[in-house]
Amino acid sequence: MKWFKPFKNVVLAVAISAGFCSAASHAQKIGFPEKEELKFGFIKLTDMAPIAIAYENGYFEDEGLYVTIEAQANWKVLLDGVIDGRLDGAHMLAGQPLAATMGFGTKAHIITPFSMDLNGNGITVSNEIWKQMKPNIPKMADGRPVHPIKADALKPVVEKYKAAGKPFNMGMVFPVSTHNYELRYWLAAGGIHPGFYAPHKGDVSGKLNADALLSVTPPPQMPATLEAGTIYGYCVGEPWNQQAVFKGIGVPVITDYEIWKNNPEKVFGITAEFAKKYPNTTIRLTRALIRAAMWLDENNNANRPAAVKILSQSNYVGADYDVIANSMTGTFEYEKGDKRSVPDFNVFFRYNATYPYYSDAIWYLTQMRRWGQISEDKSDDWYKTLAAKVYRPDIYTMAAKSLIAEKLASAKDFPDFSTEKGYKKPQKGFIDDAIYDGTKPNDYINQFTIGLKDGDKI
Amino acid sequence: MSTTASLSQKPLTRVKLFAIINDVIVGSWALFIIPIIGICCFLLLWSVAANNINTSLGKFPGPAAVWEQFGNLYQEHRAERIKEDAFYIRQEKRNAKRLETDPSYVAKIRSYTGKETFLDQIITSLVTVMSGFLVAAAIAIPLGIAVGLSKILNTAINPIIQIFKPVSPLAWLPLVTMVVSALYVSPDPVVSKSFLNSMITVTLCCLWPMVINTAVGVASIDKDLINVSKVLRLPALQHVKKIVLPASIPMIFTGMRLSLGIAWMVLIAAEMLAQNPGLGKFVWDEFQNGSSESLSRIMTAVFVIGFIGFILDRGMLQIQRVVSWDKSSASL
Repeated sequence: MKWFKPFKNVVLAVAISAGFCSAASHAQKIGFPEKEELKFGFIKLTDMAPIAIAYENGYFEDEGLYVTIEAQANWKVLLDGVIDGRLDGAHMLAGQPLAATMGFGTKAHIITPFSMDLNGNGITVSNEIWKQMKPNIPKMADGRPVHPIKADALKPVVEKYKAAGKPFNMGMVFPVSTHNYELRYWLAAGGIHPGFYAPHKGDVSGKLNADALLSVTPPPQMPATLEAGTIYGYCVGEPWNQQAVFKGIGVPVITDYEIWKNNPEKVFGITAEFAKKYPNTTIRLTRALIRAAMWLDENNNANRPAAVKILSQSNYVGADYDVIANSMTGTFEYEKGDKRSVPDFNVFFRYNATYPYYSDAIWYLTQMRRWGQISEDKSDDWYKTLAAKVYRPDIYTMAAKSLIAEKLASAKDFPDFSTEKGYKKPQKGFIDDAIYDGTKPNDYINQFTIGLKDGDKI
Repeated sequence: MSTTASLSQKPLTRVKLFAIINDVIVGSWALFIIPIIGICCFLLLWSVAANNINTSLGKFPGPAAVWEQFGNLYQEHRAERIKEDAFYIRQEKRNAKRLETDPSYVAKIRSYTGKETFLDQIITSLVTVMSGFLVAAAIAIPLGIAVGLSKILNTAINPIIQIFKPVSPLAWLPLVTMVVSALYVSPDPVVSKSFLNSMITVTLCCLWPMVINTAVGVASIDKDLINVSKVLRLPALQHVKKIVLPASIPMIFTGMRLSLGIAWMVLIAAEMLAQNPGLGKFVWDEFQNGSSESLSRIMTAVFVIGFIGFILDRGMLQIQRVVSWDKSSASL
């Protein structure tokens, strides 16, 4: 019944969106929200900005939603909060809804109707490691290192530590975080093995066969852990890379924009039950978030300084204005004094950043397979079905169309909804020059030197 | 003769005057001047030390930085109140507008969704500590009286008290959190789970001094008083009400003062972990934020915590002075 499989996907997608349309009586006229008091969680990172702006600029209130925004201690507490209903929705790592629906970690059907941003992470190493890396990096005419800095420059340092019997520890924020996959991608592209997971054997530390040992630290505690010498480097979102520079304890070596240009980063996650029980509320909160994202990128980032002022309040991100301002306004300071222009360090709305593409979901799934979090081979269809279950462009489309109808947004800022299938064209822009085609996940997985391939199982 | 009398009066009055002035000077020296000099020395030492400690978050905060933060926190409080008023006005307007189009709508006034200010957090902490303390007192004092009166109960319960007394609140907290999560399930909770977690942890930790002190107080009542009760053949409840309680009040209050001090310390730690929106959470959040003002604000919180602890202790002392028969025990 091979012909049935692609048909099944289409039927599934149509059924889900039909169920949704029947709740909203008219394609553009959204009914009043069913649940008006909502609680959203976030982690102290600059890319929670759409949530903060939607609150402070009154976009949530315009939709009739009374939202309390609460910082969470770490990603696990946040995910548990959404799963057990303490939080109605949260700022989530793109991998979290996928892993939860798949059953890696706590199992729960989490969906996302809104992608919060692109890019926004960096990899920072301690001063000691930077000193040892610097001679391996080619320099420009003025003596500054050539960017992007590949992990090839780090490889001799890791070898040295290995030879001396010292474990080379690095930090990332969560086993299914974008940071984990980006750090691994960067290390692997330079020939450093970041370790495998073997969940079917009960080993979820991710350190099998590793040259560099990766472990979890919550983002706000990373600079402190680096200073203490527990880790030699970390991959985290802003402002924690710039914080290391300001405090003089580390040097950011690369941003994830240079690892994969315009990569998807955070999403807004809600449970599938919430979306089913409160369809109007879901569409309305998506509308508010879209408006916030538009405001953030408006007029060539003209509103960013105002956004930074809001984020530096102690109940949002809380770091100093100057620390947050760098990356949000398009510069990034690498070595102290070496400031470079990275205008797209944080992208909130440009380049269709808010549309939840299936191909984005599938990239994360391919990396989960590459490092063994998915312990065995899966067919291309398995990836596509899971992506369709978790990423919900149908909700996004309804929200966007209603905004366009109310003249709060213009159709040219969005993808062409009549032809958009949810898969981006094959993407370049990776640091190792690989090409990613979301419609062929298994081919993509097989092209890497380091990582599990077709037929591999630990 | 009158001249000698008037002559001898003058030096006397002068001596008296000098004596009075001398008393005033010595008195105020003890009461005001010496403590003020002490505080000034402390501030000077602090200032010098702070200037020489460079942390990665900037200089260690000196008195000036902390004073500035007091001002900032008050300003933020005022600004938040203004935002809150605006919020309620907008809400009324929105409800009115919706009622026009949808008369079946049940309009609700929701409380302000913005952040708690420093003053709000102080009040939350005070409410939590007093709740925890009162619950502990309600359990500990009857238990202590029972243990003090009965030697058998004393021997039975004493090992348990001794084992649980040294347990830190941070060890209780995960257990309390799990139990509260499991048992306290309600779609519209009156109090939040974090409040319950903090309160119960405070209760568990400040129970023990009160039990022990009450038991000791009850057990060491003057034998004569017990004999009076025996002679009058007082029923048990009367015995407790008329003889035991009044006699052991000094010890009970000593226990309560100790417990309140412990409760306040435990509360700050419990709030940091349970994320109850009080002073503990304030300190934790500032630490997580790592801004250049964070250390100063944490120092500000330290002073406020200390000051409130002092006020609570003095408050208990005043109550003890009023209620207790043994005024000497309430003199410090």
